[in-house]
Amino acid sequence: MTGPLKHNAVRNSLSTLAFLVAGYLALSWAEANFDGYQTQLLNLVAINAILAVSLNFIYGFSGMFSLGHAGFMAIGAYVSALCILPPAQKELLWLLEPIYGPLAALETPFVVSVLLGGLAAAATSLLIALPVMRLGGDYLGIATLGFAEIIRVLFTNLAYLTNGAIGLRGIPSYAGIWWNYGWLAVTLFVVLSMLKSNFGNVLKSIRDDEIAAGAMGINTSGYRTMAFCLGGFFAGVGGALMGSLVTTIEPKMFNFQLTFNILLIVVAGGLGSITGSVVGAAAITLLLEWLRIVEAPLTLNFALAADDPQLCAAALAVCLASGVFWLRKWRRGARRPAAALAGRLIRGLTLALALTALALALTLALALALAFLGLEMFPDFTLDVPGIPGMRMVIFSVALMCIILFRREGLLGVREFSWDGFYDRLGRLARRLGSGGR
Amino acid sequence: MEADARAENENGLVLELNEVAMRFGGVAAIDGLTMAVPPKKVVGLIGPNGAGKTTVFNVVTGFYQPTAGSVAFEGRPLSGLTPQAICALGIARTFQNIRLFAQGTVLDNVMVGCHVRRRCQWWMAPLCLPRFFREEKEIRLKSYRLLERLGLAPLAGEIASSLPYGAQRRLEIARALATDPSFLLLDEPAAGMNPQESADLMRFIEEIRREFDLTILMIEHDMKVVMGVCAHIWVLQYGRLIAEGDPDQIRGNPEVISAYLGGGPKAEA
Ligand SMILES: Nc1ncnc2c1ncn2[C@@H]1O[C@H](COP(=O)(O)OP(=O)(O)OP(=O)(O)O)[C@@H](O)[C@H]1O
Ligand SMILES: [Mg+2]
Repeated sequence: MTGPLKHNAVRNSLSTLAFLVAGYLALSWAEANFDGYQTQLLNLVAINAILAVSLNFIYGFSGMFSLGHAGFMAIGAYVSALCILPPAQKELLWLLEPIYGPLAALETPFVVSVLLGGLAAAATSLLIALPVMRLGGDYLGIATLGFAEIIRVLFTNLAYLTNGAIGLRGIPSYAGIWWNYGWLAVTLFVVLSMLKSNFGNVLKSIRDDEIAAGAMGINTSGYRTMAFCLGGFFAGVGGALMGSLVTTIEPKMFNFQLTFNILLIVVAGGLGSITGSVVGAAAITLLLEWLRIVEAPLTLNFALAADDPQLCAAALAVCLASGVFWLRKWRRGARRPAAALAGRLIRGLTLALALTALALALTLALALALAFLGLEMFPDFTLDVPGIPGMRMVIFSVALMCIILFRREGLLGVREFSWDGFYDRLGRLARRLGSGGR
Repeated sequence: MEADARAENENGLVLELNEVAMRFGGVAAIDGLTMAVPPKKVVGLIGPNGAGKTTVFNVVTGFYQPTAGSVAFEGRPLSGLTPQAICALGIARTFQNIRLFAQGTVLDNVMVGCHVRRRCQWWMAPLCLPRFFREEKEIRLKSYRLLERLGLAPLAGEIASSLPYGAQRRLEIARALATDPSFLLLDEPAAGMNPQESADLMRFIEEIRREFDLTILMIEHDMKVVMGVCAHIWVLQYGRLIAEGDPDQIRGNPEVISAYLGGGPKAEA
């Protein structure tokens, strides 16, 4: 039964086709009904997914800890922008130093510019792969981080190519929903067809045991270089799309923060899971946007809050859920023998957090109940929280630490979505519902 | 030139080591070792702890470049070749401390072994070429057949590191066989097994030798285990060859007896 060859090939291809059609319809609907802000977010999800998949390919599947994504993106964004900026706009932009001659008149279609952006990034990754591939683990991370910084400094100073620190403005915004999701589809197709084939096994074998892979006749440094360049290519593509989406780029934009966000998506989604990267890109892009609230000034008032049932319910649910979650974590941890001081410390902290969250939930519930009865528990209580710039990133950094401490494999670990798994689960669910009904 | 070398090799030595030395700083792990491995037999390399047996494997498979001397495979010098090039020539090996691709499935592990013989390149994967898919299917089938032959087919979908120890050893052999070798190096395949299991394993090794038409060079710690299967045995001590010959000659050799009796703590347990 469980032979070596795939079954259900027809069903699975049909399912994929149905999924693509559904995606097409959903995107058409979104295009027609979303406002500018929502469309922007939808586009960001696609671009972040491309970037996360490319980083996951390098880090999660090929085992190279790379922190150079912002550098590849910068190259892709600048090359593509230089290709699509209309000559008239270029004349206006380069004020301090004249633009390098041949570039002034250059104008290509958008596809070509994105491809060139990706290829330029891939060529650069090949260039840095040659000396850097021999380094392993942390060293590679440091070297690629240095590379990204060098790119930033270079782009600030090569004014005749990049217009220096002023950056490029008025880049035509071609990168709409169809381009972004089209490129996401291309990225997923290329990466998945590699990973699903035996080349995926080969990459993972190099990641798991480079010596054994070499003994099996695998050209380990060759395949690592290939994976690094392919990841670099799609990072460049993502950068090119990003440039056309935001229409303004400057070297400052491509700082470590950008790499960090993508790394966060990859780690949260699961190192070694493409599904995780896509889901993580959607979740974290939306969360990053939504969390802008915490950077704006905020006034908390129970009486006011009670007027907003949605907010109440949300706050209550969050407190309760986190309380229960932490308590369960703590209990599970308590069963293991206390190994080190760090373990005990973490467990104590976790318990404190859990109890705080539960207490908050209870207080909130009580206050709300009283408010509904017309009584105010804290009549004059309002809490003014000033806007703290950068608070989002604090929250995200803490979240990343929590992921690493409590769920190192991320959301999905190395699991992937598959139609076989999907129908399997669907069948089981149907059977359970069927037997439950009787 | 290569043709010459092969013609010259008609007498058929699989592996020739000529005065090979391997030094690590002050330590001479191998010291002037000369060996000539005849084809289509199971042969053994034995010796007490730290004698340099694994180092011989590492030199032959290209992980170390010998400090002196030369190594030739089927008449062809191996100096300067990388491990992957040597594997492509037809030498496969297993490791003393099992080195599987721990996160992959059993089938994945064997499929990685098939990679070295594949003709399609990586960039053909996204192009959906029929040739590519055909080759993928062949690899999958070949791996599965190998697993069936080694009795691991029911475990094909399991994660390699979750297998019991003995199955992991067999999986490593399956993975090595997937590279289509003509010469197989096994580093202590019976380590950690009880006498019954290692006797079974030795019979099994003789079987696969016949079935895949191989030459097998096997490292073994325990002298008794190899005596049954090996047609020829080399005995190393402190990196030097102290004896070679068929099992009877080795058994009666006074130097071997004293090496094993006075050797390391694990000697002749
Ligand atoms: N990479 C290395 N660097 C330094 N010394 C090494 C290295 N590899 C092996 N040696 C030394 O060479 C000697 C022989 O080691 P080797 O592993 O070949 O022994 P062995 O015969 O396989 O022993 P065992 O039965 O324990 O497997 C040992 O003294 C070891 O410490
Ligand atoms: Mg050894």
